Amino acid sequence: MKLTQGAFSFLPDLTDEQITKQIQYALSKNWAVSVEFTDDPHPRNNYWEMWGLPLFDIKDPAAVLFEINMCKKAKPNYYVKVACFDNTRGIESCTLAFIVNRPAYEPGFRLVRQEVEGRRLVYTIEAYAPTLKPEGERY
Amino acid sequence: MSQAVESRTRIKSERYESGVIPYAKMGYWDPDYAVKDTDILALFRCTPQPGVDPVEAGAAIAGESSTATWTVVWTDLLTACDLYRAKAYRVDPVPSSPDTYFVYIAYDLDLFEEGSLANLTASIIGNVFGFKAVKALRLEDMRMPVALLKTYQGPATGLVVERERMDKFGRPMLGATVKPKLGLSGKNYGRVVFEGLKGGLDFLKDDENINSQPFMRYRERFLYSMEGVNHAAAMSGEVKGHYLNATGATMEDMYERADFCVTLGSVIVMIDLVIGYTAIQTMGKWSRSNDCILHLHRAGNSTYSRQKNHGMNFRVICKWMRMAGVDHIHAGTVVGKLEGDPLMIKGFYNTLLDFKSEINLPQGLFFAQDWASLRKCVPVASGGIHCGQMHQLIDYLGDDVVLQFGGGTIGHPDGIQAGATANRVALECMVLARNEGRDYIAQGPEILRDAAKTCGPLQTALDLWKDITFNYASTDTADFVETATANR
Repeated sequence: MKLTQGAFSFLPDLTDEQITKQIQYALSKNWAVSVEFTDDPHPRNNYWEMWGLPLFDIKDPAAVLFEINMCKKAKPNYYVKVACFDNTRGIESCTLAFIVNRPAYEPGFRLVRQEVEGRRLVYTIEAYAPTLKPEGERY
Repeated sequence: MSQAVESRTRIKSERYESGVIPYAKMGYWDPDYAVKDTDILALFRCTPQPGVDPVEAGAAIAGESSTATWTVVWTDLLTACDLYRAKAYRVDPVPSSPDTYFVYIAYDLDLFEEGSLANLTASIIGNVFGFKAVKALRLEDMRMPVALLKTYQGPATGLVVERERMDKFGRPMLGATVKPKLGLSGKNYGRVVFEGLKGGLDFLKDDENINSQPFMRYRERFLYSMEGVNHAAAMSGEVKGHYLNATGATMEDMYERADFCVTLGSVIVMIDLVIGYTAIQTMGKWSRSNDCILHLHRAGNSTYSRQKNHGMNFRVICKWMRMAGVDHIHAGTVVGKLEGDPLMIKGFYNTLLDFKSEINLPQGLFFAQDWASLRKCVPVASGGIHCGQMHQLIDYLGDDVVLQFGGGTIGHPDGIQAGATANRVALECMVLARNEGRDYIAQGPEILRDAAKTCGPLQTALDLWKDITFNYASTDTADFVETATANR
């Protein structure tokens, strides 16, 4: 399966040139760009590992792309995403996020159905890869 | 002292002598009134009966929507009556629409109960709309003071938190309404939910007239729909939702349905405008307490919001619903099958999403509005839209919207998943192009064609719906710009 979190996961993987244009867009809006990675891509894993702090002071798209590529190089078999933050009053949240790296093989998730009272089911989404394996050994 | 007591105590002042005097003279017209920051302001578009002076008509509207009755009453003198009288303070002719006037009215804050939409609306759209002295009357806009807004909860979740919970950033959210509207069994219904979500949508939606009918009782629909939601979430690794319609005959029914919805783990619940303002506010509070997003359908609104001369503008409904506490409201598509002038729709969207709005007459915003940190309500665009219009939709509606393609998903020749995928790919390629700085409005069709080279379902959709447009003149247009539709 292909994990389809993020704004552009239904498109072919983005090239460095395409990524740079998205970074330029974010910087033009005065957003801070953050690089994050994980090997636990559960849809409700809200806290991926941060590749350092969000790049609050960096205004050069090439410098941002450098950090993205350093992260991808260090974590080749991880999911890596770019997340942009807008601190404007009334927003103060993430305003754009997209995946820029994925493991070579994505086994996806299974749905665990627990039968409880009546016809009700309690659902649990469980990634195939991380099950029983510690961080760093999942993909 | 030969007079009877009744004669001796009769009120002599001109203002309070029994009888009928013009509303303007009763104190409901004050052209020098200094508007207070805490006043509630209303703008009415008024068509007086032939021969009725517009100022008198304006004063009558102020009177009938606050303290007045048709004749003088001495009991006014037991109150600080000047405070309770609404004041018409400005009457302007409507441009290019003869015998029609904009009437500005100010209401003191203490005329209204805190946090009660029912109380507010009972005054503002009460008796006055049936008043014989005006031929037609329309409530165009209102300014809510910060002091009043701070007594309302506002959207239970709000746009920003909804995006965080759904993990959807940087693009409009995507939805679809299950079709056919009526007749599917619970199991078949859940199939549509699953297919649409697996294909790439974020939400599916119950339609307004799906409640708990003989062909499918609500529990059956809720159970199967949640199977569809969870199954699709597992297969995509994304957070997904389905608006489960909890609308019912009584508040008890709605609580029962909404409780079942949240027990099943749904992130969102749905109600409809027809349940009434009090029930909507109640569900706003219920949703905040239950960590649920609250979707509002707007059945019935066009019966009173569509015609320019009478009823109320939809932007006022938007304002009221943001105060009442809903997270989603259908607010038009511009390009789809339902009523929607582009500037009017922009005004609705700004009303729902702005932190502060300025006066913008072409958009129909007659007052500046500070929203006092009430959360943002997400506009939903639904009705006759398809992926071939994606560049126009993004241009008109922006990122902060749920785009709902019902027929445009389920009507895809290769199935619902293919329809959903076509919409998702069209959306992503257009947002990518816009962010890249391309002239995506002019190049929209080309951008879509390029994306379709690696997405067969999009190519099929573009071929099928390429000629579908809904080019009819709008009936509800701004009074301050030249539009294709004449003012009537």
